[in-house]
Amino acid sequence: MNKTYSALNLFREGLRGQRGWTPAWRSPKPKPKYDVIIIGGGGHGLATAYYLAKNHGVKNVALLEKGWIGGGNSGRNTTVVRSDYYYPESAALYDLSVRLYEGLSRDLNYNIMFSQRGMMVLTHSEAEMEMAARQVNAMQINGIDSQLLETEGVRKLAPILNFGREARYPIHGAMYQPRGGTARHDAVVWGFARGADSFGVDIIQNCEVTDVIVEAGRATGVATTRGEIRANRIGAAVAGHSSVLAQMAGYKLPIHSYALQAFVSEPLKPVMDTVAFSPAYGTYFSQSDKGGLVIGGGLDRIPSYGQRGNLPVHETVLGGLCEMVPMLSKVKLLRHWGGIVDVTPDSSPIIGPSGVDGLYLDCGWGTGGFKAIPAGGYMLAHILATGEHHELSRPFDLSRFTKGRLIDEGAASGISH
Amino acid sequence: MQLFPCPFCGLRNEREFHYMAEPGKFRPDTSSQISAEDWAAYLYDTRNEKGRVREIWMHQTCRELFVMERDSVTMNVLGSTSLRASAGEAAE
Ligand SMILES: Cc1cc2nc3c(=O)[nH]c(=O)nc-3n(C[C@H](O)[C@H](O)[C@H](O)COP(=O)(O)OP(=O)(O)OC[C@H]3O[C@@H](n4cnc5c(N)ncnc54)[C@H](O)[C@@H]3O)c2cc1C
Ligand SMILES: [Zn+2]
Repeated sequence: MNKTYSALNLFREGLRGQRGWTPAWRSPKPKPKYDVIIIGGGGHGLATAYYLAKNHGVKNVALLEKGWIGGGNSGRNTTVVRSDYYYPESAALYDLSVRLYEGLSRDLNYNIMFSQRGMMVLTHSEAEMEMAARQVNAMQINGIDSQLLETEGVRKLAPILNFGREARYPIHGAMYQPRGGTARHDAVVWGFARGADSFGVDIIQNCEVTDVIVEAGRATGVATTRGEIRANRIGAAVAGHSSVLAQMAGYKLPIHSYALQAFVSEPLKPVMDTVAFSPAYGTYFSQSDKGGLVIGGGLDRIPSYGQRGNLPVHETVLGGLCEMVPMLSKVKLLRHWGGIVDVTPDSSPIIGPSGVDGLYLDCGWGTGGFKAIPAGGYMLAHILATGEHHELSRPFDLSRFTKGRLIDEGAASGISH
Repeated sequence: MQLFPCPFCGLRNEREFHYMAEPGKFRPDTSSQISAEDWAAYLYDTRNEKGRVREIWMHQTCRELFVMERDSVTMNVLGSTSLRASAGEAAE
């Protein structure tokens, strides 16, 4: 039986007809009671389960997922990872995440294919260059490896882009973070699931939470499609369905749900080895290791729980791509899809107490929470284990909306990821 | 592309419309003391329901506000009424 993934074990199994591998996680029946319940089997929920067991020794944990793990946004995103945010609170949180990503394949013994190929945000006018310089300076003060590139610097990294003077938006330069990049989204989900399972966490799929049991103002369990399950501490990481859960438990959130769409093309020979985003065109793209172009853009304009694409966004995003890289206009699309994301007024996440005792949140990541999976899980695990905020999560408490201490990252996370 | 019904102009391209807010909130009286909690709830809390929703929309071409009912999962439009008509309904 092989539990560790290594070149030696792969070789050995090759000789034995690959018969020695075991499933990466069990599929246990839910028990009636656990120390902690985590709702939502996306990256954030699974990372929470993993760090609860690994960092805090809390292992009597159930993770409940209504469908299959990674079937939400964690398996639907364009996988961009970066930490070039403007405010110090955000930079600290997102950079912890990038640093955790840097060690994650080794930590999980699972290749998450983290590729630090760099991420650039294009500027298209002198005025935008000045704003970019201001942002880059702020980021550098926050300790983030952000740089300002002139046109020539951009051309060196991404010669495929449209540098013509006749372009709809001529390229003046870019904000660039070399440590940014992409990771394999499914692998992040599966790696955390396998890691959590190996500590004894019960990952329970096809188990939808239909109600939250609140007794004397305290959450004490959940009703699910597989029966009632009790725990004194509950963590929720359900992204686009955060308001639906809030309604069940009786707390209020400042969240709107929207579809966010993405596209992947037929595989091509390598043409692009970094990530480029243009706010003006409303498009960003990278190229996966299989050769497909992974393309994304802005939010839908209509609040929705309809998890699918629609034409107005196609026109904007793909029209933008054809202007940004005219030679790609003949490329065929393979697939497109949508995911339901949870958007807050300041484009920053909500981490901490929900307002109902015993129930804690890690949500509101909106269009950009894939990059934050390790940090989000790290924070929620800390809060569930200790009942207290981590110093990095405290600014993201729900109470910031009452105090007026918003962390407005609209410019950083508005559309790019 | 979806067509939305403006009560004044009829069916028009969805891009002409802008989502404004959920109805039913009243601006607290700012001439008296308001708690930070009440003010934040007024500014930020949303129901964000899955399924049947009632929302205030603007048809940007004619600048009129109106109430649209729709299903937030299927995206089917279930009805649209002018704000005045819907305020009349609420008063009855
Ligand atoms: C098209 C697209 C592109 C994106 N691109 C990027 C990007 O490039 N970079 C980036 O950083 N971020 C990106 N994001 C955002 C990112 O995907 C999300 O912020 C992140 O995946 C959220 O992770 P999560 O674990 O919180 O949510 P999810 O992965 O959505 O997981 C939530 C889970 O909760 C489950 N659930 C919901 N309700 C219940 C219930 N009642 N009972 C049980 N289970 C329930 C759902 O089934 C789901 O599996 C993108 C998102 C989309 C849609
Ligand atoms: Zn009109």
